[in-house]
Amino acid sequence: MSDLDQLQRDLLAAIGSADLAGLEDIRVSALGKSGSVTGLLKTLGGMSPEERQTTGPRIHALREAVTEALTGRKAGLEREALDARLAGETLDMTLPVDVPAAGTVHPVSQVMDELAEIFADLGFAVATGPEIEDDWHNFTALNIPESHPARAMHDTFYLPDQPDGERKMLLRTHTSPVQIRTMVDQQPPIRIIAPGRTYRSDSDATHTPMFHQVEGLVIDKGITLGHLKWTLETFLKAYFERDDIVLRLRPSYFPFTEPSAEVDVGYTIQNGKRAIGGSDHWMEVLGSGMVHPKVIAACGLDPDEWQGFAFGCGIDRLAMLKYGMDDLRAFFDGDIRWLKHYGFAALDVPTLSGGVGA
Amino acid sequence: MKFTLNWLREHLDTSADLDTIVEALTRVGLEVEGVDNPGEKLAAFKVARVLTAERHPQADKLQVLTVDTGDGAPLQVVCGAPNARAGLVGVLGLPGAIVPANGMELKVSAIRGVESNGMMCSTRELELGDDHDGIIELPADAPVGTTFPDYAGLNDPVIDVSITPNRQDCMGVRGIARDLAAAGLGTLKPLAQVYRVEAIAPVAGEGPGPDVRTDDTAGCPAFYGQEVRGVINGAAPEWMRRFLTAIGQKPISVLVDITNFVSVDLGRPLHVYDKAKLSGGLVARRAKAGEQVLALNGKTYMLDETMTVIADDVAVHDIGGIMGGEHSGVSETTTDVVIECAYFDPDHIARTGQKLGLTSDARQRFERGVDPAFLDDGLAIATKLVLDHCGGTPSGITRAGEPPLEPRAIKYDPSRAETLGGLAVAPERQRNILERLGFAVDADWQVTVPTWRRDIDGAADLVEEVIRIEGIDKVQPVPLDRAPGVARPTATPEQKLERKLRRAAASRGLDEAVTWSFLSQAEADAFGGGAWSLANPISEDLKVMRPSLLPGLLSAAARNLNRGVGSVRLFELGRRYLAEAERPTLGVVLAGDRRPRGWQVGKAQGFDAFDAKAEALALLAAAGAPVDNLQVMGDAGETWHPGQSGTLRLGPKTVLAAFGMLHPSTAKTFDLDGPVAAVELYIDAIPGKRSAGFMRPAYAPPALQAVKRDFAFTVPAGLTADALTRAVRGSDKAAITAARVFDLFERDGVKSMAIEVTLQPSDKSFTDADLKAVADKVVAAATKLGATLRG
Repeated sequence: MSDLDQLQRDLLAAIGSADLAGLEDIRVSALGKSGSVTGLLKTLGGMSPEERQTTGPRIHALREAVTEALTGRKAGLEREALDARLAGETLDMTLPVDVPAAGTVHPVSQVMDELAEIFADLGFAVATGPEIEDDWHNFTALNIPESHPARAMHDTFYLPDQPDGERKMLLRTHTSPVQIRTMVDQQPPIRIIAPGRTYRSDSDATHTPMFHQVEGLVIDKGITLGHLKWTLETFLKAYFERDDIVLRLRPSYFPFTEPSAEVDVGYTIQNGKRAIGGSDHWMEVLGSGMVHPKVIAACGLDPDEWQGFAFGCGIDRLAMLKYGMDDLRAFFDGDIRWLKHYGFAALDVPTLSGGVGA
Repeated sequence: MKFTLNWLREHLDTSADLDTIVEALTRVGLEVEGVDNPGEKLAAFKVARVLTAERHPQADKLQVLTVDTGDGAPLQVVCGAPNARAGLVGVLGLPGAIVPANGMELKVSAIRGVESNGMMCSTRELELGDDHDGIIELPADAPVGTTFPDYAGLNDPVIDVSITPNRQDCMGVRGIARDLAAAGLGTLKPLAQVYRVEAIAPVAGEGPGPDVRTDDTAGCPAFYGQEVRGVINGAAPEWMRRFLTAIGQKPISVLVDITNFVSVDLGRPLHVYDKAKLSGGLVARRAKAGEQVLALNGKTYMLDETMTVIADDVAVHDIGGIMGGEHSGVSETTTDVVIECAYFDPDHIARTGQKLGLTSDARQRFERGVDPAFLDDGLAIATKLVLDHCGGTPSGITRAGEPPLEPRAIKYDPSRAETLGGLAVAPERQRNILERLGFAVDADWQVTVPTWRRDIDGAADLVEEVIRIEGIDKVQPVPLDRAPGVARPTATPEQKLERKLRRAAASRGLDEAVTWSFLSQAEADAFGGGAWSLANPISEDLKVMRPSLLPGLLSAAARNLNRGVGSVRLFELGRRYLAEAERPTLGVVLAGDRRPRGWQVGKAQGFDAFDAKAEALALLAAAGAPVDNLQVMGDAGETWHPGQSGTLRLGPKTVLAAFGMLHPSTAKTFDLDGPVAAVELYIDAIPGKRSAGFMRPAYAPPALQAVKRDFAFTVPAGLTADALTRAVRGSDKAAITAARVFDLFERDGVKSMAIEVTLQPSDKSFTDADLKAVADKVVAAATKLGATLRG
């Protein structure tokens, strides 16, 4: 029986040193139709039961050992071959790749979206109007007659007189004409904000001939200065996402509101920069007031029945105060470096649940 | 408007300190823009007397002084001034003081070997004047040891307030004092007390008044005049010069200074004519077209018949209520004067001022409206000041015309303070506030407006008066009513579309720019010209309202490339300003490298027209446009490369977008050298979403897998990919769900196009016969267009 042991030793030794092709030869020579192990298995049929009982298990064990050795050796060799191939496929993973540059949303657009989101929660819709306006909507209906000194405060861009001579056209100097258009077109109650481009013939470090404003208008019954104050406070708290926003109202003058107030917001100096909140210092951010009865009447509404408030605020300035830009002119230069730095990711959509700031 | 604290105290009896006053001014609506105390920087300079003056042992031009500072032993000071001498009282800067003129800190030092313990100063060194010929010489009785600002009255803070256009009354110190008194900061002194007279009353004179009249009662309703003969026009009194100097007005002569002083003190402009330079009487009349006047600012103004002027028999002497004329102005030789105290109509003043582009202190007051009830008092005060400081004999008074004095009354309901102003104020308190401001309130709350408050014309104005004096900061916030439930959406479909497009563009790697709405003429012309040009542009570069979004982006692209940016992918979402409307538009500009050179791709790749097309389609898809139904057509216009551009249309007429390469000459207008791809998307042409609800049409993915078949054709040179794929798709609409060109080449003048056709079986799989039938249809459809199936 020692020849069985010998055979197993010989086969296992051969398997252990064979390559893939050799393994197949060994498999055939051992386990093939006329293989040595197959031949031994065939002898089982001619054995006496006693002999089969003692020799049978040994032959089967031989077959299993050889099969196992073949499978193991094969897997090992394949693994080695794969390892060798993969080793040859090594690339320098530190090489740079082209990540398509992310685009950006301009801060002005982002802030307009933030405003829309905040004011939607307060029930304000977004209204728009033309930027090339007529004299009536921009001035006259807003209680600014032609000789009014306030007209001189608006450095107006005019367009050449129209052939009909009736409508004197200009670039709107504020978003307030949208108030007029809304009140003319719509029955109260009204709650709107109107963001958009505005123009004044002014250009220096802090003024550009084009800039952005947002107008707010509420017309209803029983609206008072108290509602105005609450609305502005609520808006600024939501916009800056701070609870320590402190407002200071100062009596002022706008022809289209009465009473009128300028609104200062408190700020503190942190690391040499202005941070909105607190009341160490004050900064003017808004003009506002109760809509003048003459303006309400000019829009065809009865000022004894309807009253409300309006406010106007620079969007560029709101953006600067929140996000820290300090040069207004850069807003309109289209400098990609600036846009990448101060712009917003496409998916930075302001939401109430996620916060309007990004 | 500027005034000093002491000037204010002339009118306001108050114990309030500067900070309290400044805070109150802003609180009542007179915004303080600045406070400056000129005495602060001179606090370390003292009045000192020179006791002895000896020649410096080492220098001819220097002297060694001993100076009495009124405090301890005399100091030794070296001085180079020729007028330094024993007995002189001057101004000494002690060690530690900083000389205003040069910022130098004084120290104990040795000058040519002699110790000097300070410096005797000139007016120039203290920035009090230009004199540097010698040191300041004060009167011999000047109190030695007093700080110089105290002695010279320089410790009088100058307050600068911004007066809103409605506050005519606060264009005078008295109006400001009245507001502060109403706000509880003291009491307003009677005007007679301020001017140190028994009562303000017309000054009786000898003989008839001057020959003045008004022929233009619309522009100048009232013209009062009084003559003073035999005046001496010297220097104004010290107190008047000090006040005027403090607020930045240069004292000129007493007559001029009086008019300036009364203008600032009472908001009452006056004019004084040198009678000797007039020919005949003065008349307020309309100017004649083409008439000219040389004004006091040295400029000549061309007048027209809408403007009110004051003229004599020969010439115009005054642009009424705005600026006097040079010719009849007073000088040191003037002896006889006519004092004018007139009422000019605010509207006329504003129009004339705007037309002439001329602002002045007088205009600022008359266009807000001066007090029409103050002509007699104004003239009385002016005449009194002239008599006091120039001497002379007054004439009688001429009162030509009548100022508008109809009393104005408003019916007021004190509950409005709460129902409009949001602040409950007791009616008696309201009455008190209004009366302190000069209103008369009767028992029925009929409120008569003071003559100096032209701006008040309704109950809302009275609410403002009450609230601003009571304190607008006392108004408590009140929440707006809130609709029950979650806030409802407010955005319109147009707004939602714009938001979606903006973020889609950014997500595609485009950077949003915001560029000017106005362009230069050349830039607008490159895009067919603009419909609107400004009449008064700020510069020629910002003149024409943009007819396209691309020019602004192209300029920005050029700036970026010049700065060395490799790849420019900019977009802007804004309006085009066309003759008929402002149209929402999205512009995209692609310039520079699409992909930089790299180890993977080799050389840098530029943008091409198909990049532009891809952006256009992607953005249109994001906008919900039916991109599969769009047709690509040519004729994008002359702005574009004639062979590499197109329009995307829904039907033949509705153009949703133009795209492609820009014409090189367009690019050149914007200093762009390389190829530039661009897209302009006409947002308002995109059809809106039809269905209102959220429910989508029913859908189940097909159970059977789609089959793909390829067809290669040789095609005529002019056949477009679009025409071929459309024909192929249309050949069996039931089976074919898609067809696309996947290969394209041209060899030996023969153009080949290979198309992948997607076939979708419905309820049962295609048989070979089915597939053959479809293939035959495909080939037949292509053949109709001149294509041949390649073997």
